[in-house]
Parts: sequence; C-alpha cells; structure tokens
Amino acid sequence: MTAGTAELAGPRRDPGARLIRQVRGQAPAIVVFVSVLVVWEVGVGALALQSFILPRPSAIATAFVAEWQTLQLAARNTLYEALGGLVIGVTAGVLTAFAVSRWARVREAVLPIAIGASAVPIIAAAPIMSNWFGILNPFAKMAIVILLVYFPMLINVARGLSQVEPSALELMQASAASEGQVLRKVRIPNALPYFFTGLKVCTTLSLIGAVVAEYFGGSSDVLGRVIVQSSSRLRFDITWAAIAITAISGIVMYVVALVVERAVIPWHASQRAAES
Amino acid sequence: MSAGGQQSPGPVVQVAGVNKVFETAGGGRTNALENIDLAIGADEFVSLIGPSGCGKSTLLRLIGDLTSPTSGTVTVNGKPARQARLDRDYGIVFQAPVLFDWRTVQANVALPLEVKGTPGTERDQRVRSMLELVELKDFARHYPYQLSGGMQQRVSIARALALEPSILLMDEPFGALDEMTRERLNAEVQRIWQETGTTIVFVTHSIPEAVFLSSRVVVMSPRPGRIVRIIDVDLPRPRTDDTRETARYFELITEVRETLRGRRVATSDGAAVASAERTMAEGAVG
Amino acid sequence: MTTAPEAVEPARRPRSRAPAPPARSLARGLALGLLFLAILLVVWEGAKALGGDPWRFTAPSGEEVTYRPPFKWQIVNDLSLPHVWEIAEALAAPVQRQQTQSLAGFLVGAAIHTGQEAALGFLFGALLGLALAAVFVHSKLAERAFMPYIVASQTIPILALAPLIAFAFGNGLVGIVIVASYLTFFPVTIAQIRGLTSPDPRAIELMRSCAASRWTIFWKLRMPASLPYLFAALKIAATASIVGAIVGEGNPGGSQFGLGRAILNFNEQYASGPEKLWAAILASALLGLTFFAAIRIAELLVLRGRPAAAAG
Repeated sequence: MTAGTAELAGPRRDPGARLIRQVRGQAPAIVVFVSVLVVWEVGVGALALQSFILPRPSAIATAFVAEWQTLQLAARNTLYEALGGLVIGVTAGVLTAFAVSRWARVREAVLPIAIGASAVPIIAAAPIMSNWFGILNPFAKMAIVILLVYFPMLINVARGLSQVEPSALELMQASAASEGQVLRKVRIPNALPYFFTGLKVCTTLSLIGAVVAEYFGGSSDVLGRVIVQSSSRLRFDITWAAIAITAISGIVMYVVALVVERAVIPWHASQRAAES
Repeated sequence: MSAGGQQSPGPVVQVAGVNKVFETAGGGRTNALENIDLAIGADEFVSLIGPSGCGKSTLLRLIGDLTSPTSGTVTVNGKPARQARLDRDYGIVFQAPVLFDWRTVQANVALPLEVKGTPGTERDQRVRSMLELVELKDFARHYPYQLSGGMQQRVSIARALALEPSILLMDEPFGALDEMTRERLNAEVQRIWQETGTTIVFVTHSIPEAVFLSSRVVVMSPRPGRIVRIIDVDLPRPRTDDTRETARYFELITEVRETLRGRRVATSDGAAVASAERTMAEGAVG
Repeated sequence: MTTAPEAVEPARRPRSRAPAPPARSLARGLALGLLFLAILLVVWEGAKALGGDPWRFTAPSGEEVTYRPPFKWQIVNDLSLPHVWEIAEALAAPVQRQQTQSLAGFLVGAAIHTGQEAALGFLFGALLGLALAAVFVHSKLAERAFMPYIVASQTIPILALAPLIAFAFGNGLVGIVIVASYLTFFPVTIAQIRGLTSPDPRAIELMRSCAASRWTIFWKLRMPASLPYLFAALKIAATASIVGAIVGEGNPGGSQFGLGRAILNFNEQYASGPEKLWAAILASALLGLTFFAAIRIAELLVLRGRPAAAAG
C-alpha cells in the first residue's frame, strides 16, 4: 500500500518562494502561449486564405459577445444533455461494477465484453437514438452519452474493487472479517482513485459526446447544431465561439471533478505529489 | 526448555504431520512442506528460519489458517486453525506494513477492533494503549505516508496486538528495513513480548535476529521444507545490546548457521548433541 | 459485524500465474464475444416478441401465421428495431434499386474506405506521439514548454472540430487524416511518456555504469519498458480514429464512400428502410472491433508473456 517514505511531516512551507519557483517553472509554457496568440492574430491577418476558416482571435471574441444569447442557451441545453447522461451513465456503470465484482468469474466474463464495447464507435448510433426518442428530444443525445460513459466507468470501478493488494485481503482474513466488511473497509476505499480516473475521462467524454451526437440532427438550440449551422452559413467566427464555449465548459467540468477528487481522496499519492 | 516445549495446559500451537503441496501453473506440483511436526507452548518466542523457498512463510500461514494443509492438522489453542482464526486468536504482521493509505495511524490500528465490533470508547482506549506500547502515541493522527518504514511497521505491530491475541504471527517483519532500525525493533519486539506475554511465531532470514529474539529456533531445510533441527536459545532475559556481544550469542549463531548448511554441530555440550541427534532421528519435535 | 457464516474463506495464496498463451487468450475472447452476441440476439428478438409489432410468417403449409405480442412498446416496433433477419435480408439485397452491389458489399467497401482513413491518421498520430514522447523524455525544456499545451489540447474538442477541419481541407482524405492523427497523438504521447520513464532509475544507472549511450538506454531499456503502456493507449486511439473518421465524413460534399456518409444517407431513408441504418451501424461496430482485435493480436505477439500494464 505505502512505501515507507524517508522522513516525517509535510514539506516546509514558504509560500513566496514556492510561488516564484512555480512561475519560473511555467515560463517556457507561457512564452509559447503568448507567441502562438501573437502569431495567430498577426499571421492570420497576413494570410487572407486562413481567415476564411480560422478567424483572428479578435473576430472570434466579437462573435462571442454578439451571439451571447444564442450561445449561452445552446450551452445550457448541451450541458443538460451531457450532465444528465454523465450522472446516469456513471451511476449505472458503478452499480454494474459492484454487481459484477462480487464473483470473480462473472467479472472475468463481463470485463472483456465491456472493453470490447468501448472499441465500438458508439457515436454511430446517434441517428438510431434520434429515431427512437425523437430528434428534438434531449434524451436521444443523453442516451448516447450514457452509452459512452457507462463502459469506462464500469471498467475502472470493477478494476478498483478487485485490484486490491493480496496482503490487505489476508489481513482482513486474519481478523476474520466478513465479505461485507472487506467490501466496505478495503475494496471501496481502494476503488476510489480508480473511480476518479474514470470520472475525469468521462466528463470530457460526456460533453464531446453530446455535441457530436447533435451533429447528426436535433433542435437548433444546442452547441452542436450552432456549430453545424454557423459553419454551413460560413460564419466561422460563430463556429469558433461555440467551440470555445464547448472547450471552456469541458475544462470547467474537468476541474470540478478534480476538486471533488481532491476533497474525497486527499490521501492518495496522486494528490500529494508536488511533481507534475 | 527442551525441544518439545510442553507447557501446561498444553501447546498453544500444534502442527501434526502437515504436508503442503502447491499446484503450479504448468500443471506441476511443488512440495512446499513435508511432514512437519511442531509444538509451540504458551509464552514462547519461536523463530522459523531457513533458505528461500523452504516453506517457513507457508508454515506460518498454515498456523494462521490463511491456507490449508494438504494433509495433517494444525491446532491452535486447542481448536482447529480455522476456528482459531474465526475467534480472532492471533494477530499477524507481514513484511510490508500493509497499512491503509486512507486511514490515519489510529484508524489503522483500530481496524481489527472495528471488524470485531468493539464499541467506540473501548476501541479508542485500546488503540491508545497499543500506540503507547509501540511508542507512537504522538503520531496517532498522521497518515502512513508521513511515517518512516520502521514506524509503519510499529503501527502494524500495534494493529496486530489490538485484539489482545494470545498469538502473534510475524512474517519477516523487519526484512525491508536497515540493520540499525532492525536491531532497535528487535529490542522493541522483545520488550513487547515480555510485557504482553503473547506467544510469538516469527519467520526470518536473519540468523542474528532469530537468535536474539527467540527461545527456540526452528531450522528448516530447502524445499521440500522439513524441520531439520530445533535449537534452544538459552541466553538470559531480558536480552539487550550487550547480549549481542556475548560469546554464547556468537556460538548460537554459529550453531544455527552450521545447521542451515547441513553440517551437524559437534559441541562439547553433551546435551546439545544428544538433543540434536534425537531431533534428527525423530525428524521433529518429540 | 460478527464472524462465522459470512467469514471470508482463506484465499488461495496468490501464486504468480504466467499470462495465458496468445492463442488461448484469443480463443477465449472470441468465445466470450460470441456468447455475448447470442445473448444480445435473444434479448433483441425476445423484446420484440413481448412488445413489438405482430410477426407474420408463411408456414410450410402455405398458411399465414400471425403472432401478436402481449404488449405494445414503441421502442421495439418494426420501425425502431427491425427483426434481425430483416437486417440480414437487407444486407443481401442490392444497396439501392437498380444497383447490382449488395448492401453488404457496399458496407464492406465503406468500412474499408473509412478504415483506411482512420488507419492512416492513426499511424501518423502514433508516430508523432512516439516522437514527442521521446523528445520530452530527453529534454526537460521541451517538456516544460509544450506539455501544458499537449494536455490542454485534450480539452479542445477536436471531434467537434472534425467537420470544420474536413471542410478546410476540401472534404478529402487530408482533413480526416488530420483529425484521426490528432485524436491519436495525445493518448499515445501521454502513455508513452509514462512508459519511457517507468524503468527503475537503478536500471538506468546500471546501463550508464557500462557506458551505455542515451540512445542505447532508450532502445534497450526505455522502449521495451514502455510497450505495455503504449498498447493500452493504442487501443483507445484506434477507436478514436475511427470515430474521428466517421464524424469527419459527415460533411455535405464529403466523400460518398465512407461509413459516415452511409450512416447519414441511410438515416434520411430511415422511414422506408430502417434495416440499412442498422446495418451501417453494425458495420461501424465491426470496423471498431477489427481495429481493436488487430492491436490486441499485435500486443499478444509483442508482449509475449509479459503482463499488460494496468492502464489508468
């Protein structure tokens, strides 16, 4: 479980020095960011060809502000689909993982199927969902998200419940613990880091899944349709603004997952390590 | 104490005619243990020592009912090993501390008490006294990663003793530590043993450690593991760092080493030779 | 919180098991897949038998037999969920009226078309990922400068951009390959960095002590160590490339030959023949599984006897 680390107590605290060190560490990355932005703004102006598909950052920002009403409504609808699908899919995946992990043989049979299922391009089923639930029904897109999210969560949590150090299990045997106690006291805490690994992947997956599912058809008030319709009208500034919102929403969801992770499993090695 | 330590009211651990055969992946079979007879009395400190693969850890696990013998019986506290385990008669310490990352030190020590269902106040009290016993009272709220390897092992010892078991099984608990920490922890284990009066079965690779700690050293042969000889350690108690510098200490170390190498030990001490010959002839404890 | 009846049985001491031989592992996977398929078919038709539209057969005697299911669920009626044999029939039938090619033939062609695009993108992306990882492992500066963007690039919904990119490159092969490469290079880079840095530092010191160059250390130690991680990422990337290709093909004016376009076309024709859409989806699923199987086979051959990495 833990390798004995050398000395006791936490790292020495000197916030000022740490901050400076961190900024200096990020310096190369910041340089790259600024230069790319500058080149983009300047270069695109110079190459008339590019501005067609790839407007200057300033143009995108303008469109962002101008179309804010449409964009924020679309974002809310798409987020509704993504989050709804995420919650349902994650819950279903976790419950299945619990059901499946009880018996090793069942797990060994189900896991490869789940892995195989995640090899299938699930997004291709988007039109079917639209046909089943109605093209304007948000649940059609939610269904795709559920399918996208279900398998990775199932795989991760099932692994977390079963990949416990054998010595820990022997320890519980030596204390004559019941199967239920082993589950509560060992398997579930052990599975938490795996759960969060899966969750972080699934947050981005859910949003992208919703947006791309919307490409296959749906109401106009969603990000996917805004992207498709604005690009067919050749209003690429709006297209990129919508994409920017998608990216930002995705980052926010991911960060929320990170924060929850830090709150729930502060003890895990990944949360302690200062190294990136 | 002679070989065969019969103390009243009878041996705490009785291993009789035990064989253990493992099936290997390729379909073959490995004879881990062959014809083991061993009796361990109350309050004894018995070490199992032998080359890698001699089955000493397997024997420890058999006593702890973490695996079952292919034939033969293991009786602990007068009951079958399985019942002893279900009654939580023993505590176990592994080579790795096996502490739960997500629990503080005191929560880790509390684990067996939680499993048993001990009520809260009694539990806290017990945890406190165990941490005091291993001298880690000030680290109760720390997390395992904040402790050194030696300290983590002390926590795992505290945990093993949480239910006041009559037997403590230790499987090379200090194998991963440096020599100096090891010697210090040896002294601690000895002190704990004397304070709590627990019977200890101790698996080790280290001859000095076995001699320093034990009342008897069980020397095992390479696979298939058999008991070659049981050596009484007649060093006076309590044993201290000074004990490590006495002549008798070195003699005993040599005796164990020579036995491990397969050479009989010819000493001027008639009793030792006699008991050696007898145990070789009977193959086990009388 | 008591013991006895529910107490845990003594586990068998975990023996180290050598991984099963490749042939056996494949056979097992195949068997499981077939079992799953069988169960799926039973559930499919079973649901239709319970709540679908009436089933009509002509019995051998020539009579018309009608079976009416007890319930009525819209989701399993013949329009939403065609009978399995109807899909099979559609596969054998011509893809369109007055065409000689069967649906199955057409879909195979489409799958190959999409597969080729995806494979090309996958290859480029994988090579790029490997190169980047190698550079980052050897140059701290490069890593610090670019790593945050590699990570941030993951937040750019490239899949959302796929139509746009395809359009920007004339709806041809190039755009799709770019999308597929992008989707591949990130997981490969990340996994490969983890893999290349996975060897015990002492193993590296050992090689340095016999004056091995960084190049030698890379090829003899880091690369072999990274393979389990690499394969885990490749499996993810393979599916991602296919998804990217399918989505990228969706543009109007895009290639007529790929699965993406087939899905969109058959979607429009859904009311007249839902079987074709289902067949196209089936073809996509098979394409995904084929890629996955190919990588799995490669993994079994290359990692002969080595345990796969516990992918995150």
